[in-house]
Amino acid sequence: MAATRRDFIKLSAGVGLLAVAGEPALAAGAELSSGAVGLLYDATLCIGCKSCMVNCKRVSSEPGGPLYSPGGTIPYEFRGNDRIHDSPDDLSAKTVNIIKVYKDGSGMRKDKVRDGFSFVKRQCMHCIDPACVSVCPVAALTKDPVTGVVGYDGNRCIGCRYCMLACPFGIPKFTWDTNDPKIVKCELCRHRYKDGDYPACCEFCPTGASLFGPVTELAREAERRLALNPGSEYAFPMGRIGSNRYSKRKVVGYFRKVYGLKEAGGTQCLLLAGVSFDRLGFNPGIEDVAYPEFTWNYIKKVPYLIGLLLVAGAVGHQLTKDRE
Amino acid sequence: MNQQTRSIRMWTPHTLALFLLMAVGLGFMAYRMTYGLGAATGLNDVYPWGFWLGFDVLGGVAMAAGGFVIACAIYIFNWKKYKPIARPAILTAFLGYLMAVIALFLDIGHPFRLWHPAVMWQVHSVMWVVAIHVILYTTTLGIESSPMLLEKMSWQRTLALVKKIMVGAVVFGVMLSTLHQSSLGAVFLISGARMSRLWYSQFLPYMFLISAVAMGLAMVSMEAMFSARAFNHKVDREVFIGLAVGVRNTLMVYLLLKIFFLVKNSSVAAAFDGSVAGNMYLAEMLIGVIIPLALLLNGRCRRSLNRILLVDVLVIGGVLINRLNVSLFSMDAWSVARGGGYFPTGSELMVTLGVIALGTFLFKLAARYLPLFEEG
Repeated sequence: MAATRRDFIKLSAGVGLLAVAGEPALAAGAELSSGAVGLLYDATLCIGCKSCMVNCKRVSSEPGGPLYSPGGTIPYEFRGNDRIHDSPDDLSAKTVNIIKVYKDGSGMRKDKVRDGFSFVKRQCMHCIDPACVSVCPVAALTKDPVTGVVGYDGNRCIGCRYCMLACPFGIPKFTWDTNDPKIVKCELCRHRYKDGDYPACCEFCPTGASLFGPVTELAREAERRLALNPGSEYAFPMGRIGSNRYSKRKVVGYFRKVYGLKEAGGTQCLLLAGVSFDRLGFNPGIEDVAYPEFTWNYIKKVPYLIGLLLVAGAVGHQLTKDRE
Repeated sequence: MNQQTRSIRMWTPHTLALFLLMAVGLGFMAYRMTYGLGAATGLNDVYPWGFWLGFDVLGGVAMAAGGFVIACAIYIFNWKKYKPIARPAILTAFLGYLMAVIALFLDIGHPFRLWHPAVMWQVHSVMWVVAIHVILYTTTLGIESSPMLLEKMSWQRTLALVKKIMVGAVVFGVMLSTLHQSSLGAVFLISGARMSRLWYSQFLPYMFLISAVAMGLAMVSMEAMFSARAFNHKVDREVFIGLAVGVRNTLMVYLLLKIFFLVKNSSVAAAFDGSVAGNMYLAEMLIGVIIPLALLLNGRCRRSLNRILLVDVLVIGGVLINRLNVSLFSMDAWSVARGGGYFPTGSELMVTLGVIALGTFLFKLAARYLPLFEEG
């Protein structure tokens, strides 16, 4: 079952070629871009400190970030009278990255299904062929041709919220409480690249659970980890690939899957965990298909239907001309 | 203007009630424009689309299908017997689109950017396809309804020109409508990960088209019956029987497809499992398809105008439920699992009522002051 990244790329290239041969250019089934970057989140390394959440919220509120508002305040989500802890329940227009937890029975054994628990990081997956980009009627959501990061332009957006309905992962959120609303989601800290920085969740992760880098290398790293023997020691890279910072730890048994290699046609954010991804809250109904293809199969017929219907109408009119 | 239409009294309690509804609707619209969607609607991150989209937009456009079906019958297939209902049918279509456009204006987060899709093209988006259809088809409906106004104004040369391009406009309009009805179904093709298989299939666009034809025919029939009573506009009963046969034939095809896709993509058991989705599926099928079809298969029922009116109301109700099912109830299980819930607010309901009142009032206005019931 272990399909490699290369198989995936071959497959998507094949789909892309078919698309070029049969349909107008830019058809669904895109390939990984040349400089595609992403994350590898390894739940077995995550200690649930939420450093990624704190720093994500701070950095995302800087100019250019998805949480930035001209007032310059950081959108903390306090619960009750507690004005100390930012405690969001889920992703929202105020939180674009969250650590959640799976728990079973006594909840004592880390990364185990029975009587165990596991953390999971939820954020935009930055699909290789994103549903949200394909459905946006005004191209407010776009995929960077080099990095592949799915970014948002609030000046084009009309606020139709089709992206929210289309995203199989349910990621885009809306600022409901304002008359000047926008869509909010993780943009992989694209506003920090020009200074040589990378996503805050990876930069400030103390264990290397969140790792930034080129997607192909992240996929290789993930496959390498799956091949390790549980109990053996491994130097897990920290921060970003090539940082030369490592955290030496014992390998825990992985659930045999790199999540994101095939789901929704492949995503630039990949996950590893000790328990299955269904248990971590990923919708098992998500298919291994690039979602835009579902609509493109219809839209590509539209030009032919236009011609057919116009001819049928004219012919119908001529044939029945003498009807009383 | 003849004696018959001049006898329509404009300032009745009925009209005043419409004005009251419009005023209340306008008030709630102002509230939405001032405070935004979160304040005015029950929408949230789990239910990004609600009643305005499911009822006003999807329902309003399906309601408008009568316009293209009747125009197609008369101008393309030359079924002249339906001429007496051509103008009301096309006007109803125009008003249905008006309802959809007003709802869209309010439903999008930035109403004053409604024009963006016309300039910022994105051909991969069904939403863009839908937007372009709305623009082109509303224009076409304007041309198709213009003879009424031109006759009234006695602009003979423009009238002659419009009559010359009428068949072309209708062919173009039928093409747009067919695609538009199905494109509204295609909007949901990408949402399969959260939709119940009771509705989701790759054939969804065509299910939207077929059910819209049934609803359009029922709508035209119902509206002609009300006109007959309210505006004393007598229509030959053969017209109603013909429309009823059309509804019957469309529903038979629709029922077969519904059963086929129920068995293929889901299961009969899923419809009877007592879940919200299952119950709504049964409601939609009983009200909109099975009961009306049973009535129409009875020859005596098919010749009784009262029975036909009952069928019309059932079919319209059933297709409206279908649109709410596809856009809301099919996602119930997915949404509940994510802690989401949605119920339309007073604003959403009152704005919808206000828009329906506006449509009814405009229809009355046209019946009174324009040659709406003449054959053109």
